[in-house]
Amino acid sequence: MKTGIYPGCSLNGSARDYNESVFALAEAFGLKLEQVADWNCCGATAAHNLNKDLSLALPARILSLAEQNGMDEIIVPCAACYNRLTVTQNELKRDPELKNRISEVIEMSYNGTSQIINVIEWIDKYIIPELEGKVIKPFDRKVACYYGCLLVRPYKVLGYDRPEDPQSMDIVMSKIGATPVYYPFKTECCGAGFSMSRTDIVANLSGKIIEDAESRSAEAIIVACPMCHSNLDMRRDDINKYWNKKFEIPVIFITQAVGLALGLSAEKVGLKRHFVDVNVG
Amino acid sequence: MARIGVFVCHCGENISATVDCTKVAESIGKLKHVALSAEYKYMCSDPGQTLIKDAIREHNLTGVVVSACSPRMHEPTFRRACAEGGLNPFLCEMANLREHCSWVHEKNDLTTEKAIDIVRTQVEKVKLNHALQPIRVPVTKRALVIGGGIAGIQAALDIANTGHKVVMVERSPSIGGHMSQLSETFPTLDCSQCILTPRMVEVAQHPNITLYTYAEIESVEGFIGNFKVKVRKKAKSLDEKTCTGCGLCTTKCPQKKIPNEFEQGMGMRPAIYIPFPQAVPNKPVIDREHCTYYIKGKCKVCEIVCPTKAIRFDQPDEILDLDIGAIVIATGFDIKHADFFPEYGYGKYKDVIDGLQFERLASASGPTSGVIQRPSDGQVPKNIVFVACAGSRDPAKGIEYCSKICCMYTAKHAMLYKHKFHEGKAYIFYMDIRAGGKNYEEFVRRAIEEDHVDYVRGRISTIYEKNGKLIVKGADTLLGGQPVEISADMVVLATAGVANSGAEELAQKLHVSYDSHKFFAEAHPKLKPVETNTAGIFLAGACQNPKDIPDSVSQASGAAVKVAALFSQDELTREPLVAYVNRMAPPLYSTCVACGLCKPVCPYQAIESEEFKNREGKVIKKAAKINEGLCQGCGTCVAICRSKSIDLHGYSNNQVYAEVVALLNEY
Repeated sequence: MKTGIYPGCSLNGSARDYNESVFALAEAFGLKLEQVADWNCCGATAAHNLNKDLSLALPARILSLAEQNGMDEIIVPCAACYNRLTVTQNELKRDPELKNRISEVIEMSYNGTSQIINVIEWIDKYIIPELEGKVIKPFDRKVACYYGCLLVRPYKVLGYDRPEDPQSMDIVMSKIGATPVYYPFKTECCGAGFSMSRTDIVANLSGKIIEDAESRSAEAIIVACPMCHSNLDMRRDDINKYWNKKFEIPVIFITQAVGLALGLSAEKVGLKRHFVDVNVG
Repeated sequence: MARIGVFVCHCGENISATVDCTKVAESIGKLKHVALSAEYKYMCSDPGQTLIKDAIREHNLTGVVVSACSPRMHEPTFRRACAEGGLNPFLCEMANLREHCSWVHEKNDLTTEKAIDIVRTQVEKVKLNHALQPIRVPVTKRALVIGGGIAGIQAALDIANTGHKVVMVERSPSIGGHMSQLSETFPTLDCSQCILTPRMVEVAQHPNITLYTYAEIESVEGFIGNFKVKVRKKAKSLDEKTCTGCGLCTTKCPQKKIPNEFEQGMGMRPAIYIPFPQAVPNKPVIDREHCTYYIKGKCKVCEIVCPTKAIRFDQPDEILDLDIGAIVIATGFDIKHADFFPEYGYGKYKDVIDGLQFERLASASGPTSGVIQRPSDGQVPKNIVFVACAGSRDPAKGIEYCSKICCMYTAKHAMLYKHKFHEGKAYIFYMDIRAGGKNYEEFVRRAIEEDHVDYVRGRISTIYEKNGKLIVKGADTLLGGQPVEISADMVVLATAGVANSGAEELAQKLHVSYDSHKFFAEAHPKLKPVETNTAGIFLAGACQNPKDIPDSVSQASGAAVKVAALFSQDELTREPLVAYVNRMAPPLYSTCVACGLCKPVCPYQAIESEEFKNREGKVIKKAAKINEGLCQGCGTCVAICRSKSIDLHGYSNNQVYAEVVALLNEY
């Protein structure tokens, strides 16, 4: 079984901490992660707003490259990339004619044989079974697991977790000693791409997500999406100004939380790169 | 020499828009033995039928082929027309040019060719038809009503009042159904119990009605006028004759924490219980699943306290064999519960309840004696959000249909709340208000205008709990899709009405059809809404689709009339399209060798064996014999018979062979 990784743009940029923690976990468990060679942009929100073929061709090329590299599965830590890749795989599977057309566009053969998994599935598959005896610093905190929109939706395409009240992160967190709180904002919108154009909307929406987590006495918000993280963490000043409050709850990638529980250093899992200080773990 | 008349129908434009009917009539007219080939716009109309009748007399026809629609609707029509024209009705066949041709193909030459082929097969078949006489069977004048809700009660009383016997079977310990759970009823706000309970008593006391509660249908065999029904009377663990219904046992039962079905889980009941104070019959049953004696082998408190020694712990279930002439299915409906809605918390919020639970809260005989209190803390809610269309009209939830009753009962709920608690604020989130019914729209206007219920057009996306309040998030689609957030004390979901549990199983026992939602299917959506596809079995009430009380009652009376009409005859005639074993002169008697293969394959247990004896009374030959009363003409025995001794009237091997040959040969 050869596992590849598709980092996408954010894991090399704004979410380098996420990237570092994924590789830190891989190293700790002796898991090999090979980057998809010559990868390109997944198209993100822009492509499927402009041109359907483009929005399929970009992920299709990534998947073709993964096939050429002989990867049986690829882990896609970014929820947006995960969503785009899975949607593409699904559409091309459903429509052979479309598949042929996209194959011609990217000038590569495409078979759809590489399985796409998100970071939680990867943890579930490779790390949870090996966890026994390795949790030396249990993450003994109340946490609010925030899934955002792209990780579990649309259910018909992703078929992953419960779309209204997902549980997968809560389960992982409880395995490393954390206590997930009842948290109805799990899949509420953080404002997403409005981060640039309408920061006020992000400040409002992300503020609600943070406010509810704090009000339920959570000590950290756990995420698995670079966009969610940047809105909740990087935009904290805007949020605090908008709400006229001082929210202090840190926002931690699930891979970082698992890393801390294993006893990895804050630096090793990229915690030093956060805007909001992380005093837990 | 056969003289066949062929009558090609245009069915308005249903057939003629895609099939060239004139060409069909012309081509068929040229066939050998076809004495006449005519076309007409509506063959089923009076002039169309007259055309057939006149032609039979004029051309002395020996067979008729009507090339029109599926035989399902109009075969009886045309057979009757033939009989009136002087031809044996079973010398008439139908060629299905509509469902099998015009509706499923484009307009072109090939379609017309196919139509000609279809007619040709029937011409060849009808040449081999024999005159047949209808089978006469007696009618058992006793009706079975399954279900003791308002529809069943109405049907039973109406049938019983025509002087016929009725057996009512109800699976719960009391009749009354959902209507007995309701507080008030729309659009008049009269008390449900006050109008229902006298009718329940009437059922129990009617000399023509035999009531079996706590009983279920075990099996149904036979056919219209002659059903054989087995009913399982579940053991009530009680001698009903000795029990006086004093209820002492129910007060002394140590097991008191069983969710009360009648209260929709809003109250508790003991293991020996009377479902509600006005129950009919007003005698308890022991719920063996929860009774301490049946679980642990000791207790028997009820037996000790019973003043008349009526408790019978070892009472077995009883199976009753009933001869029944007609059946009315009135098994009612159920609703989805809050756990069906992940977006509303999978039912984990105590103060998010469904419509029936609200009925119990509002009912004077309910767990709160009619005071509307939150299930979580017993406080009177200062505001309530009512959610219409919870599940209904939502393909994503697999329920595409409108549940019909929710718009009205939601308006009623909001009014009841406002009448009981004037300061309260009631919101109703709705998709559309469907208030089609006498005085229904006026009722909704009254809720809006007089009781100031706040109607918000939009759907609820999510509900969650915060600081003891339910946060309801939705959109107001009349105000440009503005997000709405209400901090509510209680939420009432008007959940979708669905088929009752066990409906599918019952439908299979009765051999009646049901739809993809497990609701019983009517024989025709417009013209036979009360009949099922199985003769002698009728529908009443919400087992067909969600219905309100007036509709259920009307349909129940309709079903009762159908039963009464059936019982007005002493004999029924059946189509003679049944299987038969050939008979020959002695010494052969029949080619049947009595191998018995046909017996186990018959789905209707219609095959018996027959013995031929000589003058000394010695059996010299055995052969199969088919009970014409039971045979449904499916033909399975024909297919399995190794010596080709069985054939089917109207669909003989030779006829089917002739049809195939007609298709294979050029004409």
